Amino acid sequence: MIAELGHFALIVALMLAILGATVPHYAIFRRDTRLMALSDPFAYGQFFMAATAFGALMYSYIISDFSVLNVAANSHTSKPLLYKISGVWGNHEGSLLLWVLILTLFAAAVAWRGKGLPLRFRSRVLAVQSTLCIGFLMFIIFTSNPFLRLDPAPFEGNGLNPLLQDPGLAFHPPMLYIGYVGLSIAFSFAVAALIEGEVTPLWARWVRPWTLAAWIFLTGGIALGSWWAYYELGWGGWWFWDPVENASFMPWLAATALLHSSIVVEKRDALKSWTILLSIIAFSFSLLGTFLVRSGVLTSVHAFAVDPERGVFILGFLAIVIGGSLALYAWRAPRLTPSGMFGVVSRESALILNNVLLSTFAAVVLVGTLYPLVLEAINGTQITVGPPFFEFAATVLMSPLIVALGFGPLLAWKRGRISRAAQVLIPAAIVGVVTFWLVIWDKAGGIMMTGFGLALAAWLMVSVLMEIAERTKLFKNPKKFLTRLVRLPRATWGMSLAHFGLGVIVLGITVSEAWTSEQLRVMSPGDTAEVAGFEFKLEGVEPIAGPNYTAVRAAFTVTRNGELVAPLYAEDRVFSDPPMPTTEAGIYPLFRGDLYAVIGEYLGDNRWSVRLYFKPFISGIWVGAGLMVLGGIISLSDRSRRIGAPAGRRRSKPKQPAVPVGQTQEG
Amino acid sequence: MKHLFAFFLLVLAAALPATASDTPLKDPVQEAAARELMKEIRCLVCQNQSIEDSNADLAKDLRDIVREQVALGATPDQVRAYLVDRYGDWVLLKPPVNRLTWFLWGSPFLVLGGVLIAVVSSRKKAAVSEPLTSEEQARLDELLRAAPESDQIKGSEKQ
Repeated sequence: MIAELGHFALIVALMLAILGATVPHYAIFRRDTRLMALSDPFAYGQFFMAATAFGALMYSYIISDFSVLNVAANSHTSKPLLYKISGVWGNHEGSLLLWVLILTLFAAAVAWRGKGLPLRFRSRVLAVQSTLCIGFLMFIIFTSNPFLRLDPAPFEGNGLNPLLQDPGLAFHPPMLYIGYVGLSIAFSFAVAALIEGEVTPLWARWVRPWTLAAWIFLTGGIALGSWWAYYELGWGGWWFWDPVENASFMPWLAATALLHSSIVVEKRDALKSWTILLSIIAFSFSLLGTFLVRSGVLTSVHAFAVDPERGVFILGFLAIVIGGSLALYAWRAPRLTPSGMFGVVSRESALILNNVLLSTFAAVVLVGTLYPLVLEAINGTQITVGPPFFEFAATVLMSPLIVALGFGPLLAWKRGRISRAAQVLIPAAIVGVVTFWLVIWDKAGGIMMTGFGLALAAWLMVSVLMEIAERTKLFKNPKKFLTRLVRLPRATWGMSLAHFGLGVIVLGITVSEAWTSEQLRVMSPGDTAEVAGFEFKLEGVEPIAGPNYTAVRAAFTVTRNGELVAPLYAEDRVFSDPPMPTTEAGIYPLFRGDLYAVIGEYLGDNRWSVRLYFKPFISGIWVGAGLMVLGGIISLSDRSRRIGAPAGRRRSKPKQPAVPVGQTQEG
Repeated sequence: MKHLFAFFLLVLAAALPATASDTPLKDPVQEAAARELMKEIRCLVCQNQSIEDSNADLAKDLRDIVREQVALGATPDQVRAYLVDRYGDWVLLKPPVNRLTWFLWGSPFLVLGGVLIAVVSSRKKAAVSEPLTSEEQARLDELLRAAPESDQIKGSEKQ
């Protein structure tokens, strides 16, 4: 009954989406404002129906209703409640339902929070959003229905992939999806602006917070996923450049570029056409990511051909959405009059460089991800495009970005002076060069790349600090430093934190790559091994039982110069439904690095194969990502506070060029 | 010849119990060389994971093969060739640069070049402003004539 209710709600949602996608256009054509206003209730209705369907599926999971095929295939009575709930989105059908839920949630949020937008524009946006919804709802109802029944119902379900039974991974997909789908708002705003034929700074003012929110969730979701890989997959690898990861990384790169280019639209009324295109591209990457992950094309071109129904549907949907929006762009974009002149050396140019490098990197990641598929489809050659390629591309494209990042925030709008920025950045350059020579001279890491990476990280972090010092006039007038520091706009704090976070990430990657120490040993209880000055003692190995797995747990104590540092517990779990082993690494984070232990195979005679690591400063990767998220949140809190006031002022003085606003140093 | 070599390997492998079951090689230099190689070899059942970092059984078998080869004195290139012989280019995480992959390896430069050209040409287009219409020209003249007066007004405000 509950499952049928969910099924029914999906169909009603589809009906509402069809109305929501068509009625507003007709209403605008007829200039009927009452009809236009209907787009709000359509949006609320779609959200309510999607929430009902999602709730129905979640209920079926919680009570383990195995007469629902989806539940029987992916759940099990012995699973802890958290994983029964996260199991809802741990499979194809459920994750698509989550996608639709978030899509309608965002549309409802636009209807609710967007009262300040002109009614005509708001209903256009909601109509585009409803069109996306139609596609996904049809995909669910016709090819991936989670509410199909199973008769007779089995007594027990198949269970959830044990790798997914983990707190980190329970929340990773929803965060990532909020990020993916959040970009749909930028897309809908862009398409609506193309239909209306006008992009104003006000447009950017509305789009930026949505993009920023999506970016925060994408960043958090990706960081959470890589952290999960770090402690759960293998032995501490945290990023493999596999297609599923790339599928989330490409929208992130595009969203980051969009975040920066929309600043230019907002402050300087320039780069409009490009920002519209970027909004379309960013969401297209989200859709492409879904396609890559969901169609099975990744495992092999052949898997796609075996079950083509879903793949063909998504491919068609992709072609309509991406092709349609790009065609609309080609048709309407020439109407967007370019304005806002600026010099070659200026904040605008720095942000263009940022966009050039980020979007090039996104395109190259796309090439690397699809290359093996295309090559196999063309002449059957199978190759692997692995981390070495992507690391090469990242080095080539991201190093100049980091160098330029030091300069960007110091350049004035319209016409900046590179010499003035360079003056401020002299200390950063000195620290960078000294770091480089120290590494090379010490030969500690042994290679140029380590020195290069560390120099970049040092340059970036010091230049962010120098930039704050410059803004607060620390060296010219130190007395007022604190008052000025407190008075910096929150958006500036957000920017500096996020940029500093990137530096911390580069530092974490470089240091942990270069100086990780490792011991691969056969140990019996009582044995000790030394790793990077830490003594790991294997205290004992004991069998333990979890709710739906059994495991052996190795207990280590780690000491340094005779003093206890930490106890460490590494597990090797074997799940029962479905039967599958997983490793749970024992990790203890210290400030200078992580102690990391993995228990492997039993070799007989009370001997175990054991891997012990010291990974210096690896947590910098996630701390840095955390700083980026925090920076985003702080910047977002600033915007939500300020968003009303300038919009009002702008309305009272229309068509006034925004030159004086643009000349301030605000980020 | 190849068969003979393989047979030779088999005999040697049987005589080398030290390489069994994921134990490091005795010689640290050889072990380090083997480790470097493992980072470049794909775990065949994983997604883009190297055998150095994977806990899959198959990865373990491949690690044993790499150690075995290194212990026999094979150079890194020989070990790679040995594996490619059996599993194809697919086993290498770093695809070799050849006729089929030049576009891949060149893509960072090609895309960057393309985007830069597009940016420069669009900036040039934007820099050439459209000529004023006669109405606009008239308005501009009027403004210019009015300009000295407005300067005076500003000046008096300051005082």
